[in-house]
Formats: sequence, structure tokens, C-alpha cells
Amino acid sequence: MEAATARKIRVVVAKPGLDGHDRGAKIIARALRDAGMEVIYTGLHQTPEQIAETVIQEDADAVGLSILSGAHMTLVPRVVALLAEQGVDDVLVTVGGTIPADDIPELKKLGVAAVFTPGAGTDEIVEFISAGAAERHARGE
Amino acid sequence: MAAEPGSKPEFKQRDAEFTTISGQEIEPLYAEQDLDPGLEERVGQPGEYPFTRGPYPSMYRGRLWTMRQFAGFGTVEETNERFHYLLDHGQTGLSTAFDMPTLMGYDSDHERSLGEVGREGVAVDTLDDMEGLFAGIPLGGVTTSMTINAPAAILLAYYVLVGESQGVPPEQLGGTIQTDILKEYIAQKEWCFPIEPAMRLVTDMIEWCSREMPRWHPVSISGYHIREAGSTAQQELAFTLKDGFTYVERALERGLDIDDFAPRLSFFFNAHVDFFEEIAKYRAARRIWARELRDTYGAKREESMRLRFHTQTAGVSLTAQQPLNNIVRTSLEAMAAVLGGTQSLHTNSYDEALALPTEEAVRVALRTQQIIASESGVTNTADPLGGSWFVEKLTDEMEAAAYGYFARIDELGGMVEAIRRNFPQREIADASFTYQQELNERKRIVVGVNDFVQEDEEPTPILKIDAALERKQTDRLAATRARRDGGAVESALAELKLAAAGEGNLMPPIIAAARARASEGEMIAAMQEVFGTYTESPVF
Repeated sequence: MEAATARKIRVVVAKPGLDGHDRGAKIIARALRDAGMEVIYTGLHQTPEQIAETVIQEDADAVGLSILSGAHMTLVPRVVALLAEQGVDDVLVTVGGTIPADDIPELKKLGVAAVFTPGAGTDEIVEFISAGAAERHARGE
Repeated sequence: MAAEPGSKPEFKQRDAEFTTISGQEIEPLYAEQDLDPGLEERVGQPGEYPFTRGPYPSMYRGRLWTMRQFAGFGTVEETNERFHYLLDHGQTGLSTAFDMPTLMGYDSDHERSLGEVGREGVAVDTLDDMEGLFAGIPLGGVTTSMTINAPAAILLAYYVLVGESQGVPPEQLGGTIQTDILKEYIAQKEWCFPIEPAMRLVTDMIEWCSREMPRWHPVSISGYHIREAGSTAQQELAFTLKDGFTYVERALERGLDIDDFAPRLSFFFNAHVDFFEEIAKYRAARRIWARELRDTYGAKREESMRLRFHTQTAGVSLTAQQPLNNIVRTSLEAMAAVLGGTQSLHTNSYDEALALPTEEAVRVALRTQQIIASESGVTNTADPLGGSWFVEKLTDEMEAAAYGYFARIDELGGMVEAIRRNFPQREIADASFTYQQELNERKRIVVGVNDFVQEDEEPTPILKIDAALERKQTDRLAATRARRDGGAVESALAELKLAAAGEGNLMPPIIAAARARASEGEMIAAMQEVFGTYTESPVF
């Protein structure tokens, strides 16, 4: 592919853990797709291993982890660690769901770029991901 | 000034949307001429066919609804304490929330359970846990609701055995277990098996309960989760009733008599914030169910035609912003449920967009129901809104919308086939996306979210689940595994597998395995060896 051809932003929207609350994940997936991105939605009940593998195989620019089960402090660090183990350190990791305010700084310390909590608008999320992915593309990754 | 008959006067209007939250157009005014002929027959009287005005003649003058707050977190000890707290504060029925691993059929020590144990509900792995959950609560004296679906047969078996240990036989146990697997594939997405074997288990439970547990509701046909997944009120109504008809058809195919099991089917609806639309939904539900049970399925007993339902206020309507405002939303929703004639009610707590509720928040939610029941005066007469032109018109329109969906589902070959083809899933995803767009464009206002926003809010104290509880639960499970007779468990599980491969009712072998203290995860795994598992191809 010509370097000049703008590569579409590729985003994995993932549902780690056992909860079936997929309203938010599906809305975000659709909003990102409508914004012109290539969206891979993993479906429900994914293990951190499955998610890391999807991110790598799809050569994603960003991954959005949607969690409403309260298991975020277990699942997010595992996804981040698995990506790091595979040498993936440039993928924008975002988290969405019912995440208590107290847990957000800790998630950010792990390298999570943003945490979107209930009430976050889709426009805000689309904008954040496009900006982050554009940076990644500019670095030529 | 006299207007032409049938014409509508011009109204001054604000520049705003005059639609329900589901997108239904609302007229500036309703009058008698808006209604089709035959109103008296369609509406009837409370307690009489077609039950539009309510299932019982005297409604809340005769008996208030059951105040049933859903509770569960951590291990059985924490939840048992919360149960006692609620009963001590005037709650009249119990309702159990199980954690994600329990809902999905994984034991607490399964690798998929890591980080999820006791987070969104209580962890129950074996009969030992169930005994702890109901410790000090005489099962003959309460009714219990259990929100569990794919593994429902196992939890029912545990409950029956707890009753037995208290000297209460199955025929005296009263309550409800959700068991509504179709809405899992449609909306809530907690499953263990493919659709067909899951439907067999539901039918086994209906059959077994109709013989052994005459006071028990083996299925609570649920629109709640369909609505929470983002559906409209019309979709909630249509998909839920169609799920109900599908269970009826399966039970009839099994050779059961409609009047033996239909009176024990009950419903569970959402109460969203659009007040009149919700009331119309409940009224339409009763009327449609009565008509179809009588005319399509040949029910003779009125009890078979009489739809009764539990309601929960809409979790999805709660906001993380300015959470105290949720008390007001919940009050409006609860009022809609009561004016719509609910038989039992859960009111959400104001902090539930943030986490599981604190004790204080739960108390306010329960008090909300008590205020409606004791102070508002709405319980003084049956169906105070009956005959309102607006409410009756909305009810008729709600009914027509449901029949529109029934026809589309029938064209696809029925509900199971429609689910396989992602029809309800896609309808819900579309509705939920449309609603989100309306919020983005501020066509719809949610106070505190896209208007009347308050910066620098004080943080709300939330319930924290101690991570050590997971360890406590896996230790409990290890202790049970060490204590029980391993050989007896093995042979009970082998029997269960054999039964799954055959055609007999699965309740007796499940009860036998439960009695041997086989864990939920072990029983599910045994059945999965025969039935297989389920993976969806998601649509968005």
C-alpha cells in the first residue's frame, strides 16, 4: 500500500469478562464505524488472552474495553500485560463502563489512555480515538 | 368557541419533540373520538377478562404489591445479612442477585471467574452456599425470587433442598425463578447451552413445578433486560409476550394441559421514565396475554389468562451525574408501575449507575415504595387511570405495535428462528443507537447529562466489594469439595449426563446431584458435554 494512502483507523471493541451488558459496546462500535473507522467487535465473554490476540492479529490502532461487572481491576491489567509481553506498546487502550472514580488513576498508571464512564458522549469518544490513532499513524506505526 | 366535530383546535407549541421516549408521536390533545369503537369491551373491569384494568377486582385495596428489593453481593454471609436488614425494614419478599460466574455456570474457582466472584451479586457454588444464603429465614414464611436463567434448574434444586432441611416440602415453597432463556439470547447474554437444549430445560422445569411446586413460578418472562439493552417500550412488550407464547407452545407440545401450567407463568417488566407509555404497556400486556391464552391456546381458567407481573424501575435511566436526581426518576417510574397494576416492585437505588447500592441508598429506594403505598393515595381505588382517553389510546397503539412485531416474527418462523437470525437483537441495537444519537443531538434531554450539567460534583460514597471475598468464597468451595463424598458426586454427575443424553425430565437427576453436593459448575459442565455451548454472532 502506498504510504500516502490514508490507512483507516482500526479499532477493536472488546467485552472482557462474563457480564452481558453490551448496549454501550455496540453503540460505541457503531459510532466509530459511522465515523469511518474499521471496527472489530469481539462479542461477549472474552478472555484477556483472546482480546490481546485479536488486537495483534487485527493490527489495531486502539482497543476499547467495555466492562460493567466490577472486574475491571482484574481484567484490564491482564490485557495490558499480555499486550506488553507481545511487544505491543503503541496501541491506544481505553476503558468504558461503570468504573468508580477511585480506580481511574490506577488504570491510567497502567497505561490506559482514557476511561469513559456512564454519560460519556459518543462524539467525545470518537474524537479521542481518532486523535490518538492519528498520532500513531503519524509516527508511521 | 365551538370547533367542527372531529377537528382539532390549533395549539401554541414550544419548539420541542412531542414523542415518547420510544419515539411514539403524541397528539396535543386526546378526546373520545380518537378511540376506536368497542372501548368498553377492550377495557372491561379490574379482575375481569381481558384484565386491561388489572388482574384483581380490588387491586391495592385488597392487597398491596410485594416490595421486593433485589439484593446480592460478596459471599452468602454478606447477602444473608442484607436480606435480614431488608426484612427488618419492612420488605415483604426476597429477591436474589447472583454474581456473573453463577449466572454463567462457572464455579468460583474457575479461571473465568477471576475478579468476578461476588462483584455483581452473590456467589453460589454448592448447596452449602444456598443453606448459608437463607440461614435464619424460614422459607415457609417468605416468597423468594431468584434471578437466574441458564443454570436455573440447579439453583431451584438447591432451594428445594434448603426447604427440605427446614422441614418445608416443595409444595409449600412460594416464589419465582427467572428461567427465561430466550431473553438471554436476545438481550442479557448469560447462557450455558445452545438454544434447543436450553428450551428443553425450561420445559422440564415448567413440567416438574406444575406437579411438585404448585405455589412456585417456574418462569418469569422478562422484558426488563430487553429494555435495559436499549429496546423501545413496544419492543419490550412484543418480544416478551412472544417469548411467553413460545414457552406455552413448548409446554403444550410436551403434552401438558394449558390450565395446569399457565397460571404459574408470570412476567417481569421494566418501568422506564416515560410515565404514560409505561402504564399503557402494562395494560396492553394484560389484554394481549388474556386474549391469546384464551383464543389461541385454549385456556379455560381465568387464572391462565390473568397476566401478573413484577416490575423493576429502569437501571438504564439512572445517571452517574447528580445521582440524587435518580430518586426522583425512580419515584416516577415506581408510580407508573403502581398505576399500571404491578404485583411486585423493585425500586433502584440512586447510586446504581456507579456501583452496587449502599445500605442507605437501598433504604431510600424501599422508602420510596412505602411512601407511594402509604401517603400518595393512589392505592385507594383500582385502576384510577382507566377510561382516560389518552391512556386508552396509548394502550390501543401499544397493542397494535406488539401485533405488528408478532407478524414479523412469525414470518421468520417463530421466536427461536428470529433469534437465530438476530432479528430482535438488531431491532434493539438500532433503537438503542437512535436514542443515543438523540441525546448527542440534544433532541432529548437527560437532566445532568446533556443539560443542566453541574461541574465539580461532590463524589458519592459507593459500596466497595472487598477483593478478599473472592478468596473467602473459593476457600468455602474447597472445603465443600474436601468434605463431600467424592464417589457419590461422580456417580450423580454420570447419572445427570446419561439423563441429558436421554429424554426424561432433568429435574430429578439435578436434585440428586445437588444433594450429593455437586457444584453448579460441575453440573453445567456435565450437561455441556452432551449439549455443547453457545456463541453468538453479534450485530451492531
